[in-house]
Amino acid sequence: MGDPGPTGRFGDFGGRYVPESLMPACLELEVAFREAWADPEFHRHFESILATYGGRPTPVTECHRLSDRLGIRLLLKREDLAHTGSHKLNNVIGQALLTERMGKPRMIAETGAGQHGVASATAAALFGLECTVFMGEVDTQRQALNVFRMELLGAEVRTVTSGSRTLKDAVNEALREWVATVEDTHYCLGSVMGPHPFPYMVREFQRIVGTEARAQCEALLGGAPDVVVACVGGGSNAIGTFSGFVDTGARLVGVEAAGGAAATNGVPGVVHGMKSRLLQDEDGQILEALSISAGLDSPGIGPEHAHLGAIGRAEYRSATDEEVLGAFSALAETEGIIPALEPAHGLAWIIAEAGRDIPAGSSVLLTLSGRGDKDVAQVRELLAGGR
Amino acid sequence: MPEVTGELGAMERSLRARRDAGSKLVVPYVMAGMVPEWIEVLQAVASAGADAIEVGLPFSDPMIDGPVIQAAGLASLGRATTVHGVLDALAGAEIGVPLVVMTYYNLVFRTGHRRFAASLRESGVAAALIPDLSIEELDPWAAAAAWGGVETVLMVAPSSPQARVAAIVARAQGFVYAVARMGVTGERRALGADALAVVRRAREGTDLPICVGIGISTPEQAAEVCEVADGVAVGSALVRRLLDGEGPEGAARFVARFREALGP
Ligand SMILES: Cc1ncc(COP(=O)(O)O)c(C=O)c1O
Repeated sequence: MGDPGPTGRFGDFGGRYVPESLMPACLELEVAFREAWADPEFHRHFESILATYGGRPTPVTECHRLSDRLGIRLLLKREDLAHTGSHKLNNVIGQALLTERMGKPRMIAETGAGQHGVASATAAALFGLECTVFMGEVDTQRQALNVFRMELLGAEVRTVTSGSRTLKDAVNEALREWVATVEDTHYCLGSVMGPHPFPYMVREFQRIVGTEARAQCEALLGGAPDVVVACVGGGSNAIGTFSGFVDTGARLVGVEAAGGAAATNGVPGVVHGMKSRLLQDEDGQILEALSISAGLDSPGIGPEHAHLGAIGRAEYRSATDEEVLGAFSALAETEGIIPALEPAHGLAWIIAEAGRDIPAGSSVLLTLSGRGDKDVAQVRELLAGGR
Repeated sequence: MPEVTGELGAMERSLRARRDAGSKLVVPYVMAGMVPEWIEVLQAVASAGADAIEVGLPFSDPMIDGPVIQAAGLASLGRATTVHGVLDALAGAEIGVPLVVMTYYNLVFRTGHRRFAASLRESGVAAALIPDLSIEELDPWAAAAAWGGVETVLMVAPSSPQARVAAIVARAQGFVYAVARMGVTGERRALGADALAVVRRAREGTDLPICVGIGISTPEQAAEVCEVADGVAVGSALVRRLLDGEGPEGAARFVARFREALGP
């Protein structure tokens, strides 16, 4: 998982498909990122904020009771314990530092579940930046508390009423806003998606998850686990995790929502500035992803995932809403951890396949990308409604 | 300045001839399929004095379009518009001026570069404008377009450094689309402050006709920008009238006002 070069290619995927108005900004961002990432001072600053403010390193927790039940050895990389409750903070701290370095006073962001929006608003508050978050109208209703959180943190939340009124159109609105304000505004994209350098840059900022987990597995298991699992919306927590294990013999498995399984059901195409696997119809119209988890409702996956799938280094599976609710409850009941619905997808696949596709006795690492507080009200309704 | 070699495409030939004869160019934008009588709209707009017409192919995720053209695209998709339906309808119609299809790259990529180019050609469409296809990613389409005899219109933006402007206009065909402002399509009260500068910068590298678009809403703005530009592209202001139900006659009246303001 190296440098995708000046054109931002991961095999056939990636690239930079944006209007000319935005090309100079993408090129400028690439230069700024490469300079910063080659600067030891930037790394020191990034890592020190993540340690003293973000709560890193996050621990790896061994799940004894659930492991016994499943007949495997299950470890969780606890991104739910990071500040703001998910892995999203790693990326936004990196991008906020970069925004400051580029001399821009304002960040914009898109959000689905609201986690990236909350993380962006948090980083903006920390750095004294202005922040506007674009969120689909459907999601502002599903995740009303996160809207209030962002406002508490001083961000402006703009409700997106165009198109499907979910994550896909929040990205479109953020890109449109960026075109109009690019001179003083950085677009803090929330996953390993979009035009180059975003998929590369966001992976580098999330690499810390995999780097830590690799060392922690080394200490616990004496090597890499047999299987490494992460949920995939755009794929940032998964790519960060995979980057720590890609050079080991571990199986890498990304789990999508069955209602938005772009790695499995998608075909190559171009949207949001990148070439990747996308859910689309015969004509090339992009289809909406739909699951119980707003954070996974992305019609595409990051281009590097499309590439890792194409070369067979990673596998992509999916979990249904029903399986996910089961996994959500199982982790709460057996381990005292309420997971976000997104990583509950990864767990759902593990529960479904333990003793089958995952041989009994395997060691399995799951990145628990976020905590479930934001989802508790929704799950309560779903469970009360008898599903 | 690049030398003009070989056979010119229909768009470039036609627009150069008009420009060289001293006329200013009016290039209206109409979203294909947005109203049932959209072909009649194209014909009416051509009769009212358009020099070429941009025909929008609706895409689910139009990155550089504002609310009006988004609404037209949704209306069109809601009427089950498809790439092939549009091109078949164009193939069977006599419009009278060269057409440039404006759409996003995924529709081209999904159809297949060569198949898309061949379909445009068969439908009598002269050119394509694909705003999310930067010159860095242009090669596969450019090769298919050359093979199919389709011209590729390219955009220069206020943010493009001079070296990029030069690289873009060197590859542009038909005309150069100069983006008047940093932002998405939509009506604006005033001409973008950058509009004249971007035309002048494009002019340094090409003698192709240069049309200004994005935000051009009134005949007065068109006249102002045409003091340096060769013409204007008019989108949202026209599309809004069509969304309001003004039909082919209303569209023709609106385009005629631009023709009048810019002279014959
Ligand atoms: C907790 C959590 N995990 C995962 C995701 C999906 O994003 P990604 O695939 O980029 O990790 C989200 C997105 O909102 C999230 O909130």
